[in-house]
Amino acid sequence: AERSNLAGVRHILLVLSGKGGVGKSTISTELALSLRHRGKKVGILDVDLCGPSIPRMFQLQDSDVHQCDSGWVPVFVDQEKSISLMSIGFLLEKPDDAVVWRGPKKNALIKQFVADVAWGDLDFLIVDTPPGTSDEHISTVEALRPYKPLGAILVTTPQAVSVGDVRRELTFCKKTGLRVLGIVENMSGFVCPHCSECTNIFSKGGGEELAKHAGVPFLGCVPLDPQLSQSLEEGRDFIQEFPKSSAFPALAHIAQQILDGASQRSS
Amino acid sequence: QVALLDIDICGPSIPKMMGLEGEQVHQSGSGWSPVYVEENLGVMSVGFLLSSPDDAVIWRGPKKNGLIKQFLRDVDWGEIDYLIIDTPPGTSDEHLSIVQYLSATHIDGAVIITTPQEVSLQDVRKEINFCHKVKLPIIGVVENMSGFICPKCKNESQIFPPTTGGAEKMCQNLNVSLLGKVPLDPQIGKSCDKGQSFLSEAPESPATLSYRNIIQRIQEYCDQRHFQEEKII
Repeated sequence: AERSNLAGVRHILLVLSGKGGVGKSTISTELALSLRHRGKKVGILDVDLCGPSIPRMFQLQDSDVHQCDSGWVPVFVDQEKSISLMSIGFLLEKPDDAVVWRGPKKNALIKQFVADVAWGDLDFLIVDTPPGTSDEHISTVEALRPYKPLGAILVTTPQAVSVGDVRRELTFCKKTGLRVLGIVENMSGFVCPHCSECTNIFSKGGGEELAKHAGVPFLGCVPLDPQLSQSLEEGRDFIQEFPKSSAFPALAHIAQQILDGASQRSS
Repeated sequence: QVALLDIDICGPSIPKMMGLEGEQVHQSGSGWSPVYVEENLGVMSVGFLLSSPDDAVIWRGPKKNGLIKQFLRDVDWGEIDYLIIDTPPGTSDEHLSIVQYLSATHIDGAVIITTPQEVSLQDVRKEINFCHKVKLPIIGVVENMSGFICPKCKNESQIFPPTTGGAEKMCQNLNVSLLGKVPLDPQIGKSCDKGQSFLSEAPESPATLSYRNIIQRIQEYCDQRHFQEEKII
């Protein structure tokens, strides 16, 4: 029998949220960079077909995808091939082209993305998703089920309006049998670079409360950090370049917990 | 007389923001009754059809489309001046369906929201393309979360830096109107969480001023269109 394209992937994790704009793609990207710095080989599969953000976060929005015998070759971020990417962003003729597809067409591409990307050997495959609990999510979980994903990280911002949607995402995980690795409270506080006053622009604590209420691990608060935003805009390696930045400790801690969870499962 | 229709089926935020969490929809001979915030502001959302805040709507496209059709067909809005439709992110089933189902009537246009950074603009350009594709007029773009003024030292920080010129540059390039920029104000999130009107809670906030200017421009656009249509008739 043909070896599946996911056979060499040790751990698969999904980054989910009920809400848009909370930073799923940011967390996916920073997690990949953190894991790379710990010597891991990481792939990112971007299944946000309408708003694919991953290519730009690595300044690879102009890259093309090539085919090989076993399927699509992912786009490598560096010479060492330590991070590889797949996104519909690479398949668009023009970057502003809208993907105006209904569910069935989206489902078909997601199936292909899961089965036909020649990832090779990876320690981690991070699957970045769009907000919601619909076609993309149902199809992705179904297609990944045979490969027994490690679980899902849920991202929220602190305020109740965001947490309200993430509660529904938790239900989605429960109903589809997807293990919840934990909740990340993103955009949690802003420290003014001029005077160091901390302001809770999007409130505080909602993510931690939700984790407690739902009985899932709380992975930590990531503050709003203009250096992080700037890094992402410029496709830079935040983990390497800004270890003294306010978001760094939180992101490193999240990666550590994922590594701990993965090695626990392996043993 | 305003109607607010929430077609974000998976992530319905409007009930909470309007202080209507826990409300249910009532049926009458004339259809579904919207839930009223005030006499002249009625709201409809899938949120009102769910029995618990943990209930997830795990539906594929066709089922979502079915509910949107029902919302448009069966809700007894009465006579209204403005029907505002809040959508989820994306360019998929909900967006195609709402434009299709409303094609028999007229849509004044779309207001498109972005934040200043390129990762957001990148998606918004696609949304603008979507509007062109389905012949949906664009009233204009709003740049949200546009700068933050520290309450202590009053210095401004660009939390979401407009590294590629923000909405302003994008609007220039794509020939659409920039309706305005709304700065970050922690009171906005607080008010939405409590289900209270930010405009009433923080009348002096720079964000309130921005919102009001934007709303005025939208009203002017709509008034102009009606005037033009009446001239044609």
